Amino acid sequence: MTDEIEKKVYRGRIKVPYKHTAGAYVEKFITEIGKNNKIFGVKCPKCGEISVPPKMICFKCFEKMEEWVELGNQGTITGFTVVTHSTPVMPLEPPFAYARIKLDGADTDFVHIINEGDPAKLEIGAKVEAVFKEKPRKRILDIEYFKLI
Amino acid sequence: MDKVAIVGCAQTKYEEDKIDLTYSELVFDVVKQLHNDLGISNDDVGCVITSSNDFNDGRTIANMAIQDAVGSVRKSESRVSGDGAFAFVYGAMRILSGSYDTVLVVSHCKCSEVNQYLVNNSIFDPYYQRHLGLDQISSAGLMANMYMNKYGITEEQAAKVAVKNRKYALSNPYAHLQKEISIDDVLNSKMMAHPLKELDLPPFSDGAVAMLLTNEEKAKKLTDTPVWLKGYGSCTDAYYLGHRNMTDLIALELAAKTAYKMAGVTNPLKEVDVFEVYDAFSFHELMIYESLGLCDKGEGGKFIDEHFDSQLPINKSGGVLSSNPTMANGLIRVAEIATQLMGKADKRQVDGAKLGLAHGMNGICSQGNCVLLFGGE
Repeated sequence: MTDEIEKKVYRGRIKVPYKHTAGAYVEKFITEIGKNNKIFGVKCPKCGEISVPPKMICFKCFEKMEEWVELGNQGTITGFTVVTHSTPVMPLEPPFAYARIKLDGADTDFVHIINEGDPAKLEIGAKVEAVFKEKPRKRILDIEYFKLI
Repeated sequence: MDKVAIVGCAQTKYEEDKIDLTYSELVFDVVKQLHNDLGISNDDVGCVITSSNDFNDGRTIANMAIQDAVGSVRKSESRVSGDGAFAFVYGAMRILSGSYDTVLVVSHCKCSEVNQYLVNNSIFDPYYQRHLGLDQISSAGLMANMYMNKYGITEEQAAKVAVKNRKYALSNPYAHLQKEISIDDVLNSKMMAHPLKELDLPPFSDGAVAMLLTNEEKAKKLTDTPVWLKGYGSCTDAYYLGHRNMTDLIALELAAKTAYKMAGVTNPLKEVDVFEVYDAFSFHELMIYESLGLCDKGEGGKFIDEHFDSQLPINKSGGVLSSNPTMANGLIRVAEIATQLMGKADKRQVDGAKLGLAHGMNGICSQGNCVLLFGGE
């Protein structure tokens, strides 16, 4: 940036740490992934739909979901994009894929990343499997990524 | 319903970096211009509604940063933290309440002041989506690819939307990007999030828009060309991307149905003369055609093929693909429709436009939608 432009700007930065309440659903889901390498969903008592990631309320039925169901660590791609743009918050070096994945046993799609940067190698209907992080950090990225199988 | 009129609008030119003006100064420019155009003073404004985003402005309750510029000190004021079209609705309700005969509605955004990828990443929930690094471009790529796959839409068809809107922008003195592009330019531009290339996506822009709403009595005193609110519908879809249908804009479809019903529109393609829609990316506008009922589901690509060489009255302003001061986009759509219905759109005027539709949007990939129908005199 030139001095001329720098003269016109007033630089700032907001850095505010949060300790969000995880809530029972996030806590169990993230803990099971990190400790046991298991992915869980929750089942709606009314429509029977199994949602992943788990959340308290089925928005279709407005019912509380309390039945936990273990899902497969594998699933099917229902949608994907390969990103080639880069931002400071991406978990992998681009190119890699963002995808919607229908995990085995789930009724909704799970959004995560796939460590594949060639769109020609990805297709809707392809099978993927979760790769877990060796040292979990209580993050959605304790599933480090999904890989094609 | 009682009548709500738009009696005047003012817009800045949209630009990449308005480095010489603070956002408050930008807002003052459009508000002062509106006062001058209408021959009113700040004392004639009963109430102020603004739309902005705290993350973009870098402080909470950011509306307080523009209170001098909108003239709201010691006046009734409130803010929508979201798209400007929703601020219009809030303003219209203030008129309909009977408490105010004039309401100033303003929206602004200076995208240049902060990294827009980081602001957009903060839209996502902190547990399940944010750490994946998602932003508006990656989620749009996901949506575009799913839509393309489901209905056999081609990248060429989507490119036609960008070509059309960028061509229209040449006739809009406020538009940010003022360079004509070809289908090949779009297809050969830098890949961002497959299948979206750089020219399938909007720029980031700085700018502001303001308008004055009034009741019927006041409208007649202030202008010969009032524009009347005829219909409104809004609808949101699921927040988590995996819990949403990303191949059809269902929430927009429901919002449009409500608005059409209120305005008595049964065949929008025939009855609505001019449209301004929130085209967040090229494929998105094709999906919008379908959800607004201009063509059948999955026919958005065919629709642009059929109308590409005609003067399709959709986004004559150049749309978001040409100017993208994010929070202001919905209110700009309203201002453009009002300008068309007043017959004051100069080179981009749709001759004889009597009924117009404006579409605003909140969140990622058409999560929250607002559809407004307006009629001229």
